[in-house]
Amino acid sequence: MAHFDENAKPFSHKWLDERLAVDTLDRVLSTEYWIPKNINFLWAMGMILAATFGLLLVSGIFLLMYYQPNTATAFDSVNYTIMSEVGYGWLWRHIHGVGASVVFLIIYIHMFTGIYYGSYKRGRELIWLSGMLLFVTFSAEAFSGYMLPWGQMSYWAGMVITNLFSGGSLHANGLVEWIRGDYVPGQAFLNRFFMLHVLLLPLAIIGLIVLHFGTLRIPHVNNQDGEEFDFEEAARLYKEGNVKESKVIPFKPVFLSKDVFVMGVYFIAFFYLVFYHFEFAMDPVNFDPANGLKTPTHIYPEWYFLWSYEILRPFSTNIGLIAFAIAQVIFLTLPFLDRSPNVAPASRRGAFKYWFWFMLLDMIVLTFMGKLPPQGIWSTVGLIAALIFMALWIALPFITKNEKKL
Amino acid sequence: MSSRRDFMGKALGGFTAVGGIAALYAMKRSWDPLPSVKAAGFTTIDVGPAQENVLVVEKWRGKPIFILKQSKDMLKDLKEDDMKRLLKIGDAHYMVTVGLCTHLGCIPGYDPESHGFLCACHGGMYDSSANVTKAPPPRGLDIPPFKIDGTKLVLGEQGPEYEKMLADGTTLPV
Repeated sequence: MAHFDENAKPFSHKWLDERLAVDTLDRVLSTEYWIPKNINFLWAMGMILAATFGLLLVSGIFLLMYYQPNTATAFDSVNYTIMSEVGYGWLWRHIHGVGASVVFLIIYIHMFTGIYYGSYKRGRELIWLSGMLLFVTFSAEAFSGYMLPWGQMSYWAGMVITNLFSGGSLHANGLVEWIRGDYVPGQAFLNRFFMLHVLLLPLAIIGLIVLHFGTLRIPHVNNQDGEEFDFEEAARLYKEGNVKESKVIPFKPVFLSKDVFVMGVYFIAFFYLVFYHFEFAMDPVNFDPANGLKTPTHIYPEWYFLWSYEILRPFSTNIGLIAFAIAQVIFLTLPFLDRSPNVAPASRRGAFKYWFWFMLLDMIVLTFMGKLPPQGIWSTVGLIAALIFMALWIALPFITKNEKKL
Repeated sequence: MSSRRDFMGKALGGFTAVGGIAALYAMKRSWDPLPSVKAAGFTTIDVGPAQENVLVVEKWRGKPIFILKQSKDMLKDLKEDDMKRLLKIGDAHYMVTVGLCTHLGCIPGYDPESHGFLCACHGGMYDSSANVTKAPPPRGLDIPPFKIDGTKLVLGEQGPEYEKMLADGTTLPV
């Protein structure tokens, strides 16, 4: 049996360490978790995401106290009870709405930082894969949450997105009705998406966040040059006091202090939006209660889904669905489609540099086109951008295979 | 020894798998539409008072139902395939469909001038028999199961006219 000091005071440091190994945990997870020095503010996005998730969780808990998942009362419980009766109810709603939108902006920055610096390669594949799974669950979380105010956009987005599961010509109406629990989105639909939004998906997200952190621990985070160095050697130098010569800093307290600074700047911008510009996250159409007999003139998703929506839209049903399905999962394959052994910023990787910027630009174009009505020249631009998206992914293995080894 | 242990392992695994599959089945059934939802799936509509070229919108299973009595002008523009989609009640021809675009389920709008439907979501178009004239919709608006009873329509019940439409592929089951 382990040794327990009889004289240790209950809940004293020694008492806790003997029972929970708090010193070992602290060392392994933070004070001797080494972060390269050669990084920039983009490396703080992970902690910003964690903090934003925390804000969504806290604001969500308060919304949950007054929200009613019932087709007759849901709309009023959000737009009347929470907004005008509950003390500071508006604050939780605006934090929740703005947070849901901004979290995707940060996710995209975080993703494209990873793509730019090659942080999905050689030992870091699982970081990328778990991160993309987080993206997928966050998307499901955002969609299910969007149903809850039961406005016109909730209803019709629910209708359109669940119809995707009919699989076009497969005509799988049974599956669609099974997902909805009704012929159209109704009480059963609202209730089950409420369950998904407040329990099952958040549980999955929390589990995946733990996995995502876990996948990071052994390969360590990448750095601005993709340089591979001996972390043990660098750690030894740091611990011996050669802090300047060492290439690393400990997560706690050094890297964390940088993170906290970036977070401070971020939260100023975040709460500026919450207090003064929350309307960008609140679609005006969703302030009309759900009506199954009237489609809004234009149905479009929130901005963060527009690029994949635009890949669905310009094609006929079946091809559109296949293209859309590919677009949803293609980023998962990045570590395997990139055939180059180089771990380096895109700027030093020849043709990949152009691939990166074209991809980013193309997704921005798709995002804008997705918001515009599908008419005239915009239809054509959207179609071309969708085809370029596909072409870039097909080209990726070839251009990276021919990349010169650095 | 090891064969005894193997047997224990397989027996445990087997029972766990059976229990797991049973639990999955129960979960699947819990997501099914409720019997009360299924039972509310019948609606009777009197099409007698409908006027030519005026779109009537009714509700069946929570979905909009389009009823459009055809005028002579409208019938003139229709082809043989389009005519098969119409319901003949008395001397008049009626278009009766589920008013949801077959692309992704938005509600198309009717333009009485051009005798056509336009879906604003993704730009699909239909003629006055609700047959598709411009993609992305893969087919004309679906015809709900119906039974003709005088000038009344019972939606949700399958009459002989509807079964014929299903059989020759004029519409797909809704």
